[in-house]
Amino acid sequence: MEGTAVQRRLTWQVANVTATVSETPSVRTIELAVPDWPGHRAGQHLDVRLTAEDGYTAERSYSIASAPGEPVALTVERLDDGEVSPYLTEELRVGDQLELRGPVGGYFVWEPTGTAPLLLVAGGSGVVPLRAILRERQRSGSNVPVRLLYSSRTLADVIYRDELDSYGDGISVSYTLTRAQPPGWTGHAGRVTPALLAEVAWPEHEGPLAFVCGPTSFVEAVAEGLVGLGYPADRVKTERFGASGATGGR
Amino acid sequence: METLDGNALAGLFAEVFGEDMTTTVITCRTCGTAAAIGDTVVYPNPMAAIARCPTCTQLLILITQIRGVSCVDMLGVA
Repeated sequence: MEGTAVQRRLTWQVANVTATVSETPSVRTIELAVPDWPGHRAGQHLDVRLTAEDGYTAERSYSIASAPGEPVALTVERLDDGEVSPYLTEELRVGDQLELRGPVGGYFVWEPTGTAPLLLVAGGSGVVPLRAILRERQRSGSNVPVRLLYSSRTLADVIYRDELDSYGDGISVSYTLTRAQPPGWTGHAGRVTPALLAEVAWPEHEGPLAFVCGPTSFVEAVAEGLVGLGYPADRVKTERFGASGATGGR
Repeated sequence: METLDGNALAGLFAEVFGEDMTTTVITCRTCGTAAAIGDTVVYPNPMAAIARCPTCTQLLILITQIRGVSCVDMLGVA
């Protein structure tokens, strides 16, 4: 069978929860041991499937929060009217099992061989795959300069704040708080506008590569803003998320 | 209505096609827009996975799964 590669078919498998970390009051990181994990790339995601006793199933797609080579981790935000996230953020315990399929996606992926300056723009929990990219940059020894613009409702809603603030050295992080700003706040306030993008983003002539992740309306506004600044559309990678599964209700 | 993008269908597409499809570029039969599957428009639908054209929102690919059988219809792809 020389020259024949055995292709691994993507199927559902069972992972074990090895740790959970509370990131904010409504956001939790779940570390998983996945027996047959083939490895992933920074920015990829996986699908989680929950099955009720009556056989009803709900699937959701979650970005992988960890870098390649690290244990698989998900960071999940609880949506009050969600079908899957309340279970993942409140019920799931260390030692529990979780059914998943992945890694999936090759579109919203950063490779450490890249040399373009990186612009990462996050809305809320859209920061999750961008954190995997930041970790992969550190892990791989890449020295591409990175600018992260992170839009969050309040400072308390910022996920991974300690980690993001500890990076320094080639990684600059800007926050904008849309709902409330603490006294003495020196970061940005309000939504991401074309003016804020013009201030924070790499100039187009430096050949940057942008990754934008957040709710659909956020992603579309930011992508439009970047194209307005002269970014070619194919240099702006986008990923939108929402409360519903692509093939399910809430 | 809340919309997602084709990245949300990555797992299903990989299961059906056997490889990642999100970077595969398809062309809309209706308006001629070429887009990566990851950049198509997806409206959550409990009955089927549907990827639509990001420009004209015409239906490009429809996948239904019933009792373990997948049916793929590329009806809107040129």
